[in-house]
Amino acid sequence: MKKELGIFGLLAVLCIVTAIINPRFISLANLTNTANLIGIYGIFSIGLGLVIITGGIDLSVGSMFALAGVILSIALREWELFWPLAALLVIALPMALGWVHGALVTKMRIQPFIVTLCGLLLYRGLARFIAGDNTKGFGNAEGFTTLKALASGKFLGLPMPFVILIVVSIIMWFVLHRSVYGRYLFAVGRNEQATRFSGINTKRVIASSYILAGLLTGIASILLAFYTNSISPSTHGNFYELYAIAAAVLGGCSLRGGEGSIIGILIGTALLQVLQNLVNLLGIPSSLNFAVMGAVVLLGVMADSFIGNRNQKKVA
Amino acid sequence: MSPLLEMRGISKGFPGVRALDKVDLSLDKGEVLALVGENGAGKSTLMNILGGIYQPDSGSVFVDGKETSIDGVEAAIDLGIAFIHQELNVVDNLDVAANIFLGREPRIKPFGLVDRKKIHADAEPYINRLGLDIPSDTRLDKLSVAYQQMVEIAKALSLNARIIIMDEPTSSLTLTETKRLLELVKELREQGVSIIYISHRLGEVDEIADRALVLRDGKNAGELKREKISHDNLVNLMVGRDIDSFYVESKIAEAPGHFQARGLRSNRYPDQEVSFDASKGEILGFAGLVGAGRSEIAKALVRLDTTSDARIRIDGNEISVNTPKDAINNGIYLVPEDRRAEGLVTAMSIRENITLPDLDNYAKWGLINTEQERTATTEQVAKLKVKTPNNETLVQNLSGGNQQKVVLAKWLSMKPKVMILDEPTRGIDVGSKAEFYHLMRDLADQGEVIIMISSDMEEILHVCDRIAVMHEGRITGVLDREDFTETNIMQLAVGQNVAAAHPPF
Repeated sequence: MKKELGIFGLLAVLCIVTAIINPRFISLANLTNTANLIGIYGIFSIGLGLVIITGGIDLSVGSMFALAGVILSIALREWELFWPLAALLVIALPMALGWVHGALVTKMRIQPFIVTLCGLLLYRGLARFIAGDNTKGFGNAEGFTTLKALASGKFLGLPMPFVILIVVSIIMWFVLHRSVYGRYLFAVGRNEQATRFSGINTKRVIASSYILAGLLTGIASILLAFYTNSISPSTHGNFYELYAIAAAVLGGCSLRGGEGSIIGILIGTALLQVLQNLVNLLGIPSSLNFAVMGAVVLLGVMADSFIGNRNQKKVA
Repeated sequence: MSPLLEMRGISKGFPGVRALDKVDLSLDKGEVLALVGENGAGKSTLMNILGGIYQPDSGSVFVDGKETSIDGVEAAIDLGIAFIHQELNVVDNLDVAANIFLGREPRIKPFGLVDRKKIHADAEPYINRLGLDIPSDTRLDKLSVAYQQMVEIAKALSLNARIIIMDEPTSSLTLTETKRLLELVKELREQGVSIIYISHRLGEVDEIADRALVLRDGKNAGELKREKISHDNLVNLMVGRDIDSFYVESKIAEAPGHFQARGLRSNRYPDQEVSFDASKGEILGFAGLVGAGRSEIAKALVRLDTTSDARIRIDGNEISVNTPKDAINNGIYLVPEDRRAEGLVTAMSIRENITLPDLDNYAKWGLINTEQERTATTEQVAKLKVKTPNNETLVQNLSGGNQQKVVLAKWLSMKPKVMILDEPTRGIDVGSKAEFYHLMRDLADQGEVIIMISSDMEEILHVCDRIAVMHEGRITGVLDREDFTETNIMQLAVGQNVAAAHPPF
C-alpha cells in the first residue's frame, strides 16, 4: 500500500505542477481526452500486470492490436459481419493467441519472453500482410454505429473507455485481491514449486493468466481502433506492451513475479498518460517524449529500490 | 605457548537482540573444536565475526598471540581463516580447478588470459591431498554435494588456511559421505590444520571433536574435554536442563496393511518398482543413502512424479490418485525435503501458506473469507506453538524450526491420513527436534500413518517403529524394532542382505 501511495504522490505533484504552468491541463477537453487514453491503456495494462504477477511477460500486445484492428475493420466493412459477432471475433482472437502463449510457456517450457517476442514479430507481419500494408478504417460506421458509440461515445459525460476501465478494475480487483484464483496467481509468481506441492495445478494458473490478458487486450483493441479510427498496420499499437510493462512496474509489480496490485497499475498508467500530456502542454519537443518517459520510470524504480533498501536495513 | 586463536569477551548486538554476550573461544594448532548450541545460540554470529563478515561491538581477537582486527573477509583469508558455509559457495558451471583458483587464476603475460595448463597443474596437488579421484576439469554441476564441498576445502587449503570453519558440513551428505568427511577432518588435523566444526549431529561431535564449546543464548554455556563429550552432557549444556524424553517410546502399531502402496516408480529409477505396507498408527522410517530414491518415492506417492500408475489402498479401499490434488483430497500429504523451495511460499504470510492447499474451503463463489482463514491460522499457530509476532508475518522471517511448523500446520489444518515427512528435522535445533518427535508420535497415536525419510541415523533408530531401507531405487529390506542397529541399516543401504530383514509387504 505504501508503494502505491508514493507513486500516487508523484502523480498528484505532476498534475498540480502542470496545471499551474499551463491551465489548459484542467480544461474539460484535455481531461476528457486524457481519461479516454487512461481508459484504453489501463485495460490492457491490467492484463499484462496479471501475467507479470505470475512471473511472465507478454511482449506481443502491440502487435495483437494491429492484427485485431485490421481484422475488426475487414470484418465490419468488407465481410459486413453483424457487429456483435465482429466484436466477439476480435476479443476471441487475442484470447486464443494467449492460450497458445500459455501452452508454449507451460507445456513446452519455453521462456515467456521468447514466446511473446516471436508473437510480436509474427502478428505484426500477419497484420501487414492481411491488410496488404494499407491503412484500414471504419468510414462513417454504417451498420455498426452502436459499436462505435460503445467504444468511443460517452456515458454520464465520461468517455466510454474510462467507464469500461472502471468496471474492469472493480472486477479485476476482486479477482486479484479477493479470489482464490488471485491468491494462486501471487503464489505461483513467488514460488511455483511450493504452490505445485500444495496440490495446485500451476500450469493451468499460469496459462490462464495469458488468456485473461488476451481478453483484456481484445477489449482494448476495439477501443483503440475506434479511438484512432484508422489502422495503419505497420505502426498501430507499436510499443504499447512497453507502456503497459512500464505502468505495471511503476505501480509496484516486480518482473520477478509475485508482486503487484490493480490500484498500482492504474496509478502507473495514469502517470504515464499525464507525462505524455505534460510533454505536449509544456511545449517540450515531442521528440523527447520517450526520453522523458524513460527517465521518469527509471527515477520511480530507483526511488522505490532506495526506499526498499533503507527499510531492509532497518529490519536487519 | 599461546593458542593459535583466541577470542575474548566478544559481544555483538543487533537491533532488539543481544546475539553474543562476552563469549570466549580458543583454538590450538591441529585441534578440532566442536561449536555446539541450539539455533539462535550465537554460533553463526561468532563465526561470522571470525570470518570477517561482522564486526564485534566489543572484545578482542588474538591470532598467534597477537591482537588483530578482522575487518573484512579478505583480512580473515590473510590470517589463514577459511569459512565453509552450509550453503556452498561454488560456481557450478566452472570446473574444479577454476573454482579452487577463482579470482586468483594464473595468467599468461601479454593479454592476461587464463593459463589453462598451469591452473590444472596447480590444482592437482590439492585434489590429491584430499584423496579425490576426479579430474580437475570436471564441471562442478557434475559432482555430488559431497564432492563440491571437498572442492571448497581444497580451495581453503590453496589459500594456506590454518583454521577451517565448517558450518553443518554433513547436513546434506549421505552416511558414507559423512564418514568420509569425518575421516578427512581427522587427516587435516594430522596435517596441523585447526578446525571449528559446527553441527547439530551430536554423534559426529562425539566422534571427531577434541573439545566441544557449547553456546546458549549468546553466552558460553560450558566446555567439554574429549573424554567428557557425550550426547547427554552436550544436550544438558545446550538446553541448560535435563531433557528426560528426548526420544519418544513407540507404541505397538495396529492393523498391519492399513496403508498399501503398490508399483511405485520414479523418474530417477523408472525400472524399479517399490511396494510397501504401513500400519495404522505407526512411524515407518525410510533409511538409505542420499540418492537411493527415497524422496522420489515420496513424490511418486503424491503424484508429483507421474512415472508410475501406482495403486494405493487405505483401510482396504483402493483410492485413485492421479494428480497431486487427488493425493491431498485423500489425506495423503507430503512435507517435502526442501521446505523453502518446495514446502512454503516464503514471501507470503503464515496465514496464506497454511490455507494454500485448501483455499476452496475458505471461499464462497471463488472469493476468500479472510476471517475464516485467520481463525484457522490462529488455531494451528497455537496448537503447534509457532513462535511468531502474528499470523501475517512473512514465513521468510521465521526460524527454520518455525518454518517447518508452518509446513506441518498447513497439512494438519486438513484431515491427514498419511503424512510423509522428508528429512523433517534437517537444520532444526535440538529443542525443536524433540518437539517434532512428540508431534509425530501424537499424530501416529491418533491413527495416522507417518512415513519419515531421514538421513540422520540417530533419529531414524530412535523415532521409528519399523525401518524400510532403500538402495538404488528399491527397498532392500524392512527391519523391526528389535533389529534396529546401525550395521543392519548400513548393510541394507549398500545393497547387501541382512538375515533379520523382512520383505516390504
